Amino acid sequence: MLYKFDFSFLLEKWPAFLNGAWLTIQLTVLSIALGFVVGTLCAVARVYGGRPLRLLVGFYVELIRNTPLLVQIFIVYFGLSSMGLKLSAETSAVIALVVNMGAYTTEIMRAGIQSVHRTQLEAADCLGLTRLQSILHVVLLPAIERVYPALSSQFVLLMLASSITSQISAEELTAVANNVQSDTYRSFEVYIIVAVIYLALSLLYRLAFKAIGLVIFERRRRLGTAL
Amino acid sequence: MQAAPATSATVVQVTGVVKEFGTLRVLDGVSLEVARGQTVAIVGRSGSGKSTLLRCIAGLETIQAGKIEVCGHEVGRPGKAARAQLRHDVGMVFQGYNLFPHLTVQRNITLALTLVKKQPKDAAQAKAAEVLRLVGLTDKINSYPEQLSGGQQQRVAIARSLALSPQVMLFDEVTSALDPELTAEVLAVMEDLAARGMTMITVTHEMGFARKVANQVVFMHRGKIWESGLTSELFARPQTAEFKQFISSEL
Repeated sequence: MLYKFDFSFLLEKWPAFLNGAWLTIQLTVLSIALGFVVGTLCAVARVYGGRPLRLLVGFYVELIRNTPLLVQIFIVYFGLSSMGLKLSAETSAVIALVVNMGAYTTEIMRAGIQSVHRTQLEAADCLGLTRLQSILHVVLLPAIERVYPALSSQFVLLMLASSITSQISAEELTAVANNVQSDTYRSFEVYIIVAVIYLALSLLYRLAFKAIGLVIFERRRRLGTAL
Repeated sequence: MQAAPATSATVVQVTGVVKEFGTLRVLDGVSLEVARGQTVAIVGRSGSGKSTLLRCIAGLETIQAGKIEVCGHEVGRPGKAARAQLRHDVGMVFQGYNLFPHLTVQRNITLALTLVKKQPKDAAQAKAAEVLRLVGLTDKINSYPEQLSGGQQQRVAIARSLALSPQVMLFDEVTSALDPELTAEVLAVMEDLAARGMTMITVTHEMGFARKVANQVVFMHRGKIWESGLTSELFARPQTAEFKQFISSEL
């Protein structure tokens, strides 16, 4: 039995794929940026905060890491709207992705922060830096540097996982694919195309994170040490 | 009868300090007075409490009893102002250098000048150049710590402390991680500082340095100051069996 591939629908549908990919990029870049901020703040709180704060952050992290992303998305989208807060599918998607991303980033950043030796803080303290200044200028950059590979792959994972937001019909790449295949009945071809686009996006993201790494880790750039 | 007031020349005044880690009493009623311009060497075996004493003076540890005053200000008093004052007066250099690895030598030095002392960037950089000249590392200003030898890193750490113009410098076994050649270059910098009249307290294993540079030697044993006095007298006529044994084992 030989399957006959037919990609002719692309002639008509390619702008839809492009739009979907563009929305995926917008959703995920925003989610990654905000999720990173949330995660970093939570990681700082989890390492240096008082006991109540540490427990609160621990609760958030474990809650999110032990429930499915799809369920989290449904809770944000349907749950908030049933409470009267009507959000668009895209806004709900970003909120859910940020909350999810934040929890995973917290754990990664916590490892990074804890890997910065206590004596660095003592030295900063002896130089008169406040705790906040020490965290900002002495701890955070080396912490990020050490976990940067793990962070980058978590960011790429989030981009891929964003396909699940098609379930609340955010019109990103996978949702576009669903629509196209129900119009054309060429499911195999459609999802092959989508897979290739996701692959390209992943490579693009990895390249982008590498470039960002070169910009923010000046020492690595100047000494030529691999990240 | 009045208690003798500490003279104005006293920079560090330690009175009856007790420090405990859990049930372990590391400092057991330690008193010490250091006058301006003095170099004091604290010696003793590992676990005698000498590094802990230094860390207490630096305000890195809370003490259970007693009192520590630096330049007339009590160390360990709560409050941001007290802490800022202490940081203004005391410079600390660590065994492990503790330079910030992601910053250049220059930025390591200017960080506190700009953040804490609120100096403009060019003034801070001029100060960095000045202190690097003192430790002989002018050419390393744009290097990163990992590009330097251990001795050079420690000299940068000394310069970083000096930049804040402290009243007293504390050195915590600063040459213990270095081989003899690199030790010599760090000790030379410290000798130079002592000669310039910097008040220094140094915890050291370098008996040669203690004999040569320190005015006063303090021998600690079991959390107490077991024996102390002028360097020349102490080494010539050790009073206690423990110190005699310590000196002979160090040779």
